[in-house]
Amino acid sequence: MASAIFVLDLKGKVLISRNYRGDIPMSAVEKFMPLVLEAEEEQVPTPCFTHEGVNYLYIRHNNLYLLALTKKNSNATTILLFLHKLTEVFTEYFKELEEESIRDNFVIIYELLDEMMDFGYPQTTETKILQEYITQESHKLEIQVRPPMAVTNAVSWRSEGIKYRKNEVFLDVIESVNLLVNANGNVLRSEILGVIKMKCYLSGMPELRLGLNDKVMFESTGRPTSRGKAIEMEDVKFHQCVRLSRFENDRTISFIPPDGEFELMSYRLNTQVKPLIWVEALVESYTGSRIEYMIKAKAQFKRRSTANNVEIHVPVPDDADSPKFRSSIGLVQYAPEKSCLIWRIKQFQGGKEFLMRAHFGLPSVKNVDDPDKKPPIGVKFEIPYFTTSGIQVRYLKIVEKSGYQALPWVRYITQNGDYQLRLPESIKNNKMTPI
Amino acid sequence: MNDFRVTKPKFFATTKKGENYELRADLNSEYRDRRKDAIKKVIANMTVGKDVSGLFPDVLKNMQTEDLEQKKLVYLYLMNYAKTQPELVILAVNTFVKDTDDINPLIRALAIRTMGCIRVEKIIDYLCEPLRKCLKDDNPYVRKTAAICVAKLYDLNPELATENGFVAVLQEMVSDSNPMVVANAVTALAEINEASITKDIFVINTSTLTKLLVALNECTEWGRIAILTALADYRPSDSKEAEHIVERVIPQFQHVNGSVVLSAIKVVMIYMRTIKTDEMLSQLVRKMAPPLVTLLASAPEVQYVALRNINLILQKRSDILQNEIRVFFCKYNDPPYVKLEKLEIMIKLANDRNVDQLLSELKEYASEVDVDFVRKSVRAIGQCAVKIDEAAERCINVLLDLINTKVNYVVQEAIIVIKDIFRKYPNNYEGIIPTLCQNLEVLDEPEAKASLIWIIGEYAERIENADELLATFLDTFRDENSQVQLQLVTATVKLFLKKPQTTQNIVWRLLQIATSECDNPDIRDRAYVYWRLLSTDPQAAKAVVLSGRPVISVQGNTLSGPLLEELINNISTLASVYHKPPETFLGRGRFGADAVQRRAIEEQEEASRESPIQAQVKTNIENLLDLDFNDNSTPTSNTPPSSSKSTDATANVDDLLDLFGGSNINNDLSTPPQSSSSNNHQNNGLTNDLVSLF
Repeated sequence: MASAIFVLDLKGKVLISRNYRGDIPMSAVEKFMPLVLEAEEEQVPTPCFTHEGVNYLYIRHNNLYLLALTKKNSNATTILLFLHKLTEVFTEYFKELEEESIRDNFVIIYELLDEMMDFGYPQTTETKILQEYITQESHKLEIQVRPPMAVTNAVSWRSEGIKYRKNEVFLDVIESVNLLVNANGNVLRSEILGVIKMKCYLSGMPELRLGLNDKVMFESTGRPTSRGKAIEMEDVKFHQCVRLSRFENDRTISFIPPDGEFELMSYRLNTQVKPLIWVEALVESYTGSRIEYMIKAKAQFKRRSTANNVEIHVPVPDDADSPKFRSSIGLVQYAPEKSCLIWRIKQFQGGKEFLMRAHFGLPSVKNVDDPDKKPPIGVKFEIPYFTTSGIQVRYLKIVEKSGYQALPWVRYITQNGDYQLRLPESIKNNKMTPI
Repeated sequence: MNDFRVTKPKFFATTKKGENYELRADLNSEYRDRRKDAIKKVIANMTVGKDVSGLFPDVLKNMQTEDLEQKKLVYLYLMNYAKTQPELVILAVNTFVKDTDDINPLIRALAIRTMGCIRVEKIIDYLCEPLRKCLKDDNPYVRKTAAICVAKLYDLNPELATENGFVAVLQEMVSDSNPMVVANAVTALAEINEASITKDIFVINTSTLTKLLVALNECTEWGRIAILTALADYRPSDSKEAEHIVERVIPQFQHVNGSVVLSAIKVVMIYMRTIKTDEMLSQLVRKMAPPLVTLLASAPEVQYVALRNINLILQKRSDILQNEIRVFFCKYNDPPYVKLEKLEIMIKLANDRNVDQLLSELKEYASEVDVDFVRKSVRAIGQCAVKIDEAAERCINVLLDLINTKVNYVVQEAIIVIKDIFRKYPNNYEGIIPTLCQNLEVLDEPEAKASLIWIIGEYAERIENADELLATFLDTFRDENSQVQLQLVTATVKLFLKKPQTTQNIVWRLLQIATSECDNPDIRDRAYVYWRLLSTDPQAAKAVVLSGRPVISVQGNTLSGPLLEELINNISTLASVYHKPPETFLGRGRFGADAVQRRAIEEQEEASRESPIQAQVKTNIENLLDLDFNDNSTPTSNTPPSSSKSTDATANVDDLLDLFGGSNINNDLSTPPQSSSSNNHQNNGLTNDLVSLF
């Protein structure tokens, strides 16, 4: 429960606000920035804090703060998620959410704030449904807008009477690999975060059932898992359209989908996988003169797959200059604004291994007070037609009372998530030959 | 999707003189478009904080319109300025009431929603009839809006809401056919119940329970949270009922909304108290882990709340994430507030199987740039050592590595935690003392200095140049922090007791300075006590100063039982984030008796979180040495020196005062006080507690 919601700029100036309950002096917002700054000086500012009986919960988005105030012991998770939901809805309405778009769209923002929260309690927050009755153009129409049935239906995410000439469904299975490797090359953590995104162009109120090679389901139905392997998902999260109790009972994923694009489900696997792109680094540093890097990148997946748009970000000191690069493939660039070099490889075939050398000059005088930050190496990549977990869509059944046939299309892709390899300590024994 | 950024009239135009005059003219224009633009300009001015309340009657005239957007804007204006023009608001009532009869449900709902937000007495009287109608509306959108409106009315005028039977209608609405209406009715009832004096407005019985469980699967994410929160307040009659409800709640773990997940976890955690089946309990523990881990993939702010709650859940069910320590490893780009919470949880999960991995992580963190995080990481290494006996030596080695980095704040922090390790494992690691002593000169923080001085005093007999090391402080004694001074006094006395032959001079000089040149009464008094003790009976002095100390343990990060239970009842709320009971931070009743008492407990816990040593102080009343000297800080000045021979705590101070008069000390000190009021610990600052232990 929130008493009031504010959107502020980075200086703490209120751009727009809505007082939902009138139980908190709106002037409390003036204390927000000073309190955050004070917290920054003393220790670490946290996303929720309390001051003189008023609780402040906030998130940051681009150059804005979204702030909620409450005087009760409110549900903090709900409020923070609602603030994130606000940014999501605003972004979908205005494409970009920043100071200017707030100013340009204040009328519609007030309307959204009124519709999405009542007396401090979140109400309808689905953009697609909101867009059916809150649009900038609505007032020009002679027809009266009415609340979509969906607002209060048990099926609150889909309106009735949707029609498509061609009924199609697109499924995208996207797996992001999170990886943390320490400086000795040991994998500390690897996990797969998968999402199944859908684009639904289906008429009427279709009933869908999705079948995956889910190990738990195979086991519970006693079905042999001979055909291909089954995967064991550690945790699964579903869009609210999926009937959770059915899934709990017999692992069936059944639902009436929203119209258009949405994220049907996400899952997590903790299985230790071989890092798909392995990067080894050798750093040689001569304080006051130069620093050299030797980077080896290896694609540790099957030969028939190819990683696209690979980017390897190697951090370099802030004050490095006059870069020189040599690589067996791809393009290397220095990005001083990020204090790193970026090695781009358009296509990286499985099983291949490439080398890159870099040389930077260092200023002769170093500011001693400047602590050495040690950011990790980051890697970006995309591998199409491939999932690390081996997840497979076995079927997607679509039933609608008009009895039309619909075609499901499935695509698989694996990409980097939070993919970090810590940089080893630099050595000083001059093993490297000059470039 | 339309692009809203195409050219539009500039509503935030620069202020001109008499802008309100122009706006007034436009608001009364005969052209519809001009009137509407004027309203937008008024709202724009309101948004940037200009006072446009003077235009109230003119805006009001535009309320009756077919244009929904315009109506919304006028309503918005009314909500903002009704308070400033309470007399004029009455003019709006007619339109409001008419709108609640509109054929369009959107307008009916809008009218009832806005009326409830206009917190002016005069409006309330006119609210009741439309509200009664809307609560029975055919359209669920109107009903769900009306349900919340009852809570608004109750907030303004509880009697009116009850007398008109609205609360009773709400109770019926829990059985509504529409899940959204049920959810809002539950929300409104929960709020009213909390505000009511009797707290009997929302009582879940068997039939409402069934309805809630059905609605739980059908309503929106936010509605689910409302229902789960209501379920969390219900107390199942027996283990069987609890199991039944929990089984219906568990599917919510799979919901994409983290707040639904955490609310479901809250219900399960609370119901586990009632569940008696061991099998069920272990199954629940197993099922809770994956959704908790997944919460760490949320936005950082939500992660923070989740981590604070995981911290609580771990204190209650320590077996829950025992194999998951890796998921709490910090990422380079985690915000600082997330990193610090992860650290706390890692220490909680540390055991002899994962400690190697954890230590190498902590060492890595200790080389980052965020000083606060680095210090906490070093501290965490110390806590590992105290917690896991087998790992102590490895921890020491990591700390030595860190000391060798010569990074100033790392060294200081490492020395502070090494002192704790020495307390836990006396006579085990003296080999590293020379390395520590080499760093004496770089120490400039009182706590680090005091820690090293404590180590020197404690192991004086094995440190060859202990006297030299301590002597270096003689000249600067007056400039030292009192924490360091107290420690110097004690350490020097220890040194003398251990090596009386060579150190007479130094102890004499130090006690001289401390008693004659020191303004701080604590230090002066302690020096006096030592002096008397030494001059009268060195054996007694030895028994007192060099007595054995109780073992310390890492219990600093845990909350007391009742507080923990209360916080578990509040999972996902602000209380669970602050780790404080709600009444300590809510404006009202902040000075109530219970609240103050709870806060006192809380403060203690807060203090004990800082260092494992202090946690021990609280529980260890037998440690007499500390207690007498603690008392010095306060009661010396205000206790009349009359009952000089009594043995209770306050009188003990008088004994000390007597000492200066030259009475026989043996009697007094040989019968130290057996009881002492524990409130001394609350009153005295941390410094005293810490130092007094040594």
